[in-house]
Amino acid sequence: MVNFQNIMETIKMIEEEKLDIRTITMGISLLDCCDSSGEKSRIKIYDKITSYAEKLVKVGEDIEMEYGIPIINKRISVTPMALIAQTSADNNYVEFAKILDKAAETVGVNFIGGFSALVHKGYSKGDKILIDSIPEALAVTERICSSVNVGCTKSGINMDAVRDMGQTIKKTAYLTRERDSIGCAKLVVFANAVEDNPFMAGAFHGVGEGECVINLGISGPGVVKSALEKVRGEKFDVIADTIKKTAFKITRAGQLVATEASNRLNVPFGIVDLSLAPTPAVGDSVARILEEMGLETCGTHGTTAALALLNDAVKKGGIMASSHVGGLSGAFIPISEDEGMIEAVRNGALNLEKLEAMTCVCSVGLDMVAIPGDTPDSTIAAIIADEAAIGVINNKTTGVRIIPVHGKSLGDEVEFGGLLGRAPIMSVNKFSSYDFVHRGGRIPAPVHSFKN
Amino acid sequence: MKAFITVIGDDKIGIIHGVTSILKKNNVNVLDINQTLLQDYFAMMMLVDLKEMSLGFKELKQELQMAGNEIGVTIKIQHEDIFNTMHTV
Repeated sequence: MVNFQNIMETIKMIEEEKLDIRTITMGISLLDCCDSSGEKSRIKIYDKITSYAEKLVKVGEDIEMEYGIPIINKRISVTPMALIAQTSADNNYVEFAKILDKAAETVGVNFIGGFSALVHKGYSKGDKILIDSIPEALAVTERICSSVNVGCTKSGINMDAVRDMGQTIKKTAYLTRERDSIGCAKLVVFANAVEDNPFMAGAFHGVGEGECVINLGISGPGVVKSALEKVRGEKFDVIADTIKKTAFKITRAGQLVATEASNRLNVPFGIVDLSLAPTPAVGDSVARILEEMGLETCGTHGTTAALALLNDAVKKGGIMASSHVGGLSGAFIPISEDEGMIEAVRNGALNLEKLEAMTCVCSVGLDMVAIPGDTPDSTIAAIIADEAAIGVINNKTTGVRIIPVHGKSLGDEVEFGGLLGRAPIMSVNKFSSYDFVHRGGRIPAPVHSFKN
Repeated sequence: MKAFITVIGDDKIGIIHGVTSILKKNNVNVLDINQTLLQDYFAMMMLVDLKEMSLGFKELKQELQMAGNEIGVTIKIQHEDIFNTMHTV
């Protein structure tokens, strides 16, 4: 039997250190929902999602009640919609977004991911239509999350898509200007996107995935921070070990919940995503973990090294705790969703350039970054290109979720609410990237020998 | 199914009685009890067997929570696996 201290430790993690399961995400293949009639296709999509995910929320709530661990989100990811919708003759896919939104509402999930296109090498007919539909789709729906993969290590970077995504982000910001351009908070531009990511806004159900699957995303920055408080002044060896042990415990809880959800829903278990996902709540911040290691504030020199250690140790501890690890698996460093990151931007310690360096050693990229509304689309595209290059060259996933907040400029702050949090507007480089971005074509795939 | 009941709060007379009377009423068997005083705090954990339980988990949880409110302590009940998996390899 487990001992008294262990039980109290678990309860303390949940009660005081905000340990929770961030999301149970059901991945559903829509590959059999194609139809030459858009309308018929949408009926198939709605029927399939609402029947497969009918019990998802209920099962999540039951597990939460019985195990006493909060499960914050129950979500759905689907096959990239461009693949499904392009069988139809429709020349605009907003109706497909609306039907996903309606299905999500019916089953009671707060987000559905997969209004997506994979264009890392080029556009098919439907990919272009989908990308053109993104701004309106995000403006007229509540629960849709969209992502576009523009680069991959094996094929390089599609710079036409990078340019188009700069424009798409600007249009989305404009169409959702009444709500601080919130549409952009639900749109990710990826390089090396993963097929089994349970986290929004970048989740989609990859074509190599099965019919239906349960993926789970853990959380727990507060637990790691609290564990490190007990080893203040110790060497990095002790820090790394402490993080590994903590990540192991957190991930075990995730594996348990994922297995249980999989059994109760009679859907195969996919992966556990080991990401430390912060929230804007005090005590749930990744930035504060880095500061606990001895940095005066996140963003100062040493931050990249601290994040590298954290990210690696979380993986090492978590991998042993789960039968299948996948998704993004690392530390998330969004600005608006992390109280410590917000503070670091406010006090001038963290800028976009340092954030970019940090993305070289963690699992996501430039995440939930608010920039001035008058930033040119070519500058946004160039930011995407930089981030995609980091991913493609280093053989890792990177993403850009950037919000050019309409009508806001440096010194302003924007409030998205809920888990999306709030963000100070960050400054971008004033010099132009226009000619660079408008060359078009592809940046070739990198060589993976002669590493230096 | 087995579960752990944990009781945390200010020490006072009748805490164990308050909890076990609910368990008796609902046919829940107590397998093990461990209690301690952490500073002035009363902390108790109980391993219980819910196999013969005469009501649902949710209802039992509510009854325990209500009793906790009356006594002035926090009472939780959680499936044992959450503790077993987190603390054993």
